[in-house]
Formats: sequence, C-alpha cells, structure tokens
Amino acid sequence: MFDKEKLAELRKRHEKWVDGTLQKSLERAPERADEFITVSSTPVRRLYTPLDVADLDYPEDLGLPGEYPFTRGVHPTMYRSRLWTMRMFAGFGTAEETNARFKYLLEHGETGLSTAFDLPTLYGYDSDAPEAEGEFGVCGVAISSLRDMEVLLDGLPLDRITTSMTINSPAAVIWAMYIVAAEKRGIPRAKLGGTIQNDILKEYIAQKEFIFPPEPSMRLVVDTIEFGTQEMPRWNTISISGYHIREAGSTAAQELAFTLSDGFEYVRWAIDRGLDVDAFAPRLSFFFNAHNDFFEEIGKYRAARRIWAREMRETFGAKNPRSWWMRFHSQTAGVSLTAQQPENNIARVAIQALAAVLGGTQSLHTNSMDEALALPSETAARIALRTQQIIALETGVTNTVDPLAGSFFVEAETDRMEAESREYFHRIADLGGVLPAIEQGFFQLEIADAASRYQWEIDQKKRIVVGVNEYSGEEKIGIPILKMDQQGYDRQVARLREIRRTRDHRAVSARLSDLRQAAAGDANLMPFLIEAVREYATLQEIMDVLREVWGEYREPVIV
Amino acid sequence: MSARKVRILIAKPGLDGHDRGAKVVARALRDAGYEVIYTGLRQTPEMIVEAALQEDVDAIGLSLLSGAHLTIFPRVAALMKEQGLDDVMLFGGGIIPEDDAPALKQAGVANVFGPGTSTQDIITFVEQEMARRK
Repeated sequence: MFDKEKLAELRKRHEKWVDGTLQKSLERAPERADEFITVSSTPVRRLYTPLDVADLDYPEDLGLPGEYPFTRGVHPTMYRSRLWTMRMFAGFGTAEETNARFKYLLEHGETGLSTAFDLPTLYGYDSDAPEAEGEFGVCGVAISSLRDMEVLLDGLPLDRITTSMTINSPAAVIWAMYIVAAEKRGIPRAKLGGTIQNDILKEYIAQKEFIFPPEPSMRLVVDTIEFGTQEMPRWNTISISGYHIREAGSTAAQELAFTLSDGFEYVRWAIDRGLDVDAFAPRLSFFFNAHNDFFEEIGKYRAARRIWAREMRETFGAKNPRSWWMRFHSQTAGVSLTAQQPENNIARVAIQALAAVLGGTQSLHTNSMDEALALPSETAARIALRTQQIIALETGVTNTVDPLAGSFFVEAETDRMEAESREYFHRIADLGGVLPAIEQGFFQLEIADAASRYQWEIDQKKRIVVGVNEYSGEEKIGIPILKMDQQGYDRQVARLREIRRTRDHRAVSARLSDLRQAAAGDANLMPFLIEAVREYATLQEIMDVLREVWGEYREPVIV
Repeated sequence: MSARKVRILIAKPGLDGHDRGAKVVARALRDAGYEVIYTGLRQTPEMIVEAALQEDVDAIGLSLLSGAHLTIFPRVAALMKEQGLDDVMLFGGGIIPEDDAPALKQAGVANVFGPGTSTQDIITFVEQEMARRK
C-alpha cells in the first residue's frame, strides 16, 4: 500500500524524530508510565505510522465492504442502509413477567428480542426440581414446558421480529418449543427468524453450562444445523460465542482465537455429517464481547471477519460469498461494570457500544448500569437502549462505512489480533484439536491465567478502575434494584403441575420412548423433540431421557 | 504450635458456572500461603459441607453469581452447624446486593465480598479471622 522509497524516507525521518523532537520532549515531560498496555495486557507503542503497517496490502487485506475478505464490513453500505438490530437481553421470573418486559422494550424502540433463561432451564431442570432450589427466575425466565413458551411469546409478532435465545445444552428442546408455539398460532417454521445460541464448545471452555459429554453434545448441535438448513432458512442455528470466554477473564486475542477455533470445529463436524458447507455456513452467526479497550476491540472485530472469510474460502472451500461472511452480535462487557458508583457504568457502556458499532456489529445489547448488583430495572434497561439510539442517530458515526480503516494504529491492532489468533490455532492443533484441548483444560487454564493477571494489575493499581481503586468513596448506592415477585415461583409450579395432570400421558411416554431410541441411534433428533414438546413433555423429562442415554460430563477441576 | 497450613475450601454452590472470581480468589489465597482446595462447579450445600469435613478445613469461601445466595448460603451455614463445624469460618462473594449482607451475616456468614473487592482485602480478612479464632 505504501511506496518503498517513501517508507525508507519516513524511517530515516522517524529515527531523527526519536533522537531529536521526542528526546527533548521526554526530558521536559516524561511519560506517565514505563509501559502502556491494553486491557489484555499487551503493550501499546507510543506512535503508529505507515512503518507499523508497511506490509498492508489494501486489496488483499482490507478490500471493499461487502466483498472478500470483509475486513471493512459484510454490507457495502453498512449502517447507511440499515442500522444494527437493537436487541436487549431480557428475562426474569415467570413467562408472564418476561413477556411484559419484551413488550415494554418493543414499545421503546427495540428491534429484536433476546431471551435470558434461568439456570434451571439452562441445565434442563423443571422449576420444581430439587436442583433448582433458590434459582427460579433469578437470572432469566423459567421455561419448563411448551405452555411457558406460549405465555412468553403471547402477543408478540413472531412473523415480523427475530428472537434470539441464549440457551446451549437444551437449545434444541427450547427451539422445538418455539417452533411448536409459533405453529400453533399459524406461523409456519420456514417464516421464523432468530437465533439459538447453541454453542456448546464455549460452555466447556468458559460458561460451564454443559450437561452431556462433548461428543453427544456436538451431535445434537449438528442435528440442529442440519434441521435448520433443511427447514428453517431464516434461523441462525448457532451463535458461536466469544462473549462468555471474555467474561471468564480471557484476553481479546484469546476470545477471538478460541471462538474462531470453535467455529471451525462446528464446520468440520457439519461437513463430516455430509452437509454442503455452502448450505449451512451462511446461517452460522457469532457473538463477541465489547470491552473497555476501544481500539483493541475494533481491531478484534475487523480481524474476526478477515480470518473467518479466509479460512472458509481457503481451508473449507466455501464458494458462496455468504459462507465467508462473519455476522456477529455484540454485548458490552458485564465484567467491566462496577458495583461501586453504578451510574459510571452508563459511560462505560456507551464507549464499549461505540467500539462494537465502529467494528461493524450486526446487532447489539447494551448492559444496564445496575448489572453488577442485580438484574436490570426497567429504567436502567431503558437508559441502556437509549445509549444505542444516541450512538445511531446523534453521533454521525453511522454516516460512513468502517470509518477507522486506514488508521495506522487500528490496522496494526487488526493485524496483531490476526497474528495472535493464528498462533493459538497452531497450539490448539498441536494438542489434537478443540475437544482434546478442552479435556486437557488448556483453554480453562489460559483464561484463568489472564483473569488472575488482570486482577493482580488492579490490586497493584497498575490498572485503574474508576470508582473502585481510584476516585472511590464510601457512598450509598442511589439506584433502585429490581426485586423479584415472590409469588412467581408458586404460580410457575402450579402451572407445571397442571400440565403434568392434564396432558395425554400415553402420548407423552410414547414420544419420550421414541426419543430415547433415536438418541441411542444416529437419527436427527429435532423431529423427535418437536413431537415430544407438542405433547407437553417437560424440559426436564426430555433432558433426563438424553442424560440417561448419553451420561453427564464432569470437567477436570484445575485452578 | 503445629506448622500445619491453614486450609481453605473455595466452593461454587448452585448452578451458576461463573468461576472467574472463585479461581482468582483461590489462586490469590494460595499465593498468600494458604492451602486451598477448590471444589469445582455445581456443588450442593451437602457436598460442600461434606468436603469441608473430609478435608478438615479452617474456612469455607462460597462464590455465587446467580442471585440464589439468600437460599444457598444460609443452607450451608445450617448444615455446618449440624455437622459440628462451629469453628470453621464461612465467607462468601459474588453478585450480592449490599442490602442482602445483613441477612447473610445473621445466618452465620462472617463476611460478604461484592464485586470490586481486592484480593488483598480478602486475604487480610482471612488472616485476621484465623488469628482471632486461634
């Protein structure tokens, strides 16, 4: 991209600058620290010039938006045509309460739904199971049967909006409930748009909401990919997620590298099933964190698109340009929020959200200021949504495509992210691939090391967190905290017991026994799950069948 | 005076898988010279108290980010009492609103550490409690 002679000239001039102008300045005004580092503890140089990106090949490395390798974005016009989807993650208590929150958010201009489930649901337990004690509805909505799903979706325009569901081990079952609930309202499955997270690999790596061992879990994921490819062209069957890897304490490069490695692993498994890469790859979607380090994050998103496109085309032989696209959702970093002086989180979230937008995100959740304390209150969630609207409509950053391209620093960060990811790809391959690396605890240890280093930096004040280890004061928290409706649990259990009493028992046990047989064989399980939920088999009844056939996974405990 | 190291059990009760804090605290206590046993995820209160008995620990640290602390922490405390672990110190941390701390202390949790706590504060607290209980 740069003329060789001009670069040589610049190199000389730079050397002169170091010895002269810079030297003098440092004598007068020494720098504040010996080393400046990113949130990921990577050193940042004082100045970036064309010398730092001398090898950058514009057509090869950046290209034009909407074209390979998509570094500048997946759409030619980006936000000039259509803004990102403002998708606020919500869910608590009973299906009724969450349905009301969904309607509130839609009334305030949100453009897509995103569902948080409670922990019993995420682990495939019904609300009244002993394992669920104390956990009902506290970090998401409880969905134990098709009836709960019907209540959750009541009155929502499922043919016009897309719904994202953050669920992994039981994703296929919850998806089946969504499909049946919509069909009962006359909306055919082919018309449904949305996403199930369904990314089991990152559960073993970071979020730890796994149930079955990796192999049968992967089979179930491929079943959903296959089913979606054949029957639900508007559905993203997986959201390959770096978010939780980052929240567990990883660096930006680890988030990127581990997520992409997971993505390639799903592609391999789907190809091994006999699927055509160009049939399923366009429906793979991604989910990244938006952390505090503005430029590092933007480099991460741009590198993500470039690596994915390159690998899909070069390694997996995909020919459909849509298979090369990396489309991603992003969410601001929950881990960066402080319980101290929570109002400060509004500023953090705004800056993180801006990084995601400048990185070319397709949809965005902005965290609420109170999330280090409890689930978001209505007011806090509204401010977070308004933050997105201000970025979209007031700041002007949406007026042009990939506005930071060509910044020497941003391009250098993008290159660094790609290089660090590729180094991890080699290390993972040396361990035998993603599954063996999980079983050896490789990812888990890498993340724990990074998390400990980060905390150490804060404890040593090498890293400042405003309101926590600097500018802190004893002050009472002045924002309202969401309180749960104590009667919700009783209502949920009453509904569940009524379902169990009034459904067609013979049909339920027949469908569960069909499922058991199918799970022991190698048929695609989606049709069996759909038939089981249609008869109001509960989530736990279905998951218990699969637990019985596949067993449960215990992770290696490594600190 | 025996040279036995103080033993601390770091435990993750309930269903939540957020283990960043538990691991960071476990490592920090280990680096501070304690013998640390980490239970891993998804431990019931019964499993935790059983592990505390088996491992003959001096303190138990619970980490929970799901919001179920008002149910689970007091259950651990009650089981400890049942098992005669009166001299074992119980502390906890996670996403725990300040307003909930008094109820937890009432139930027998010696201290609750919220988000933003430095590991040094936890170490100092454990040191003081261990000295006080000698």
